[in-house]
Amino acid sequence: MSDEAKDDVVKVIRTPVQLDYNYSAGRSASRFLRSIKEGKLIGQRCPVDGRVYFPSRGSCPQHGVPIEGEPVELVDRGTLVTFSIVRIPAESVPLEIPFVTIQVLLDGADTILMHLLGNCDLEKVHMGMRLKARWKPKEEWEESVANIIYFEPLDEPDADYDSYKEHI
Amino acid sequence: MNPTEESLSAPHVLDYTYKRSLGPILSQFFTGLRDKKLLGVKRKDGSVLFPPKEYDPDTSESIDEMVPVQDVGAVKSWAWVAQPRKQQPLDKPFAYALIQLDGADTTLLHVVDGGSEAGMKTGMRVKARWADETIGSIKDIACFEPA
Ligand SMILES: [Zn+2]
Repeated sequence: MSDEAKDDVVKVIRTPVQLDYNYSAGRSASRFLRSIKEGKLIGQRCPVDGRVYFPSRGSCPQHGVPIEGEPVELVDRGTLVTFSIVRIPAESVPLEIPFVTIQVLLDGADTILMHLLGNCDLEKVHMGMRLKARWKPKEEWEESVANIIYFEPLDEPDADYDSYKEHI
Repeated sequence: MNPTEESLSAPHVLDYTYKRSLGPILSQFFTGLRDKKLLGVKRKDGSVLFPPKEYDPDTSESIDEMVPVQDVGAVKSWAWVAQPRKQQPLDKPFAYALIQLDGADTTLLHVVDGGSEAGMKTGMRVKARWADETIGSIKDIACFEPA
């Protein structure tokens, strides 16, 4: 019997909604996912203005053109653009609360990636921090961004504000 | 296409774990279900809404006089589900039906375990089959079956 029903009166009901999808990644995102299984981070360059989309995607949303050139391999370090301290647990996040969600701009990329920050005191989190990916052990790698457990601080001076301000 | 170029696919489940607070009228309705009692609400003109509403749908007046209805009634309309999906209430073919219970003037959308499509008929009499455990949920009525 649920907790609510132990009371004299039923005051609350659970009305869960579950949607079962089968997600097809498409060719470009599949290439990204196969690469991250090998520990490689793959972006793609827009043929019009040269901006690098990460993760790679099959078309440029700004210019409406297919992106067909060779993929661009990126390093696993970058700059913290924005962050949020989360005090409510989430099933999909393997960290204890409070944890920090971040948007990180990888060096060489022109789009931001949503991920997690780890190994950092909450008081020290700030925009412009330089970060490096902390990977799972290699034998656990699969076709998933979760191969990176979180990003953690690099012992480097902060990035120049101008280098990431357009992404805020 | 080269196999390394084929698209990957994976299950992707979206789960919204909503809870809903009931308010005084629906709270009585769901508490009734838990206790295997069916409660409707009486309008000023004496007609009974089941399931109950907090407000008269015609005049918008507050209504709060709860009255029992029977666990038997008549199918007013139905649709046969020949191939139930995973999350539907029965794992065999069944009917969704609008059921007017005795003592009620409106219909309840629920499930009829009618056996086969040929066994279903508008106007047929049905009776509630209660779930083994009742917790205050519309699923406390497992389904209706021919009476
Ligand atoms: Zn472009």
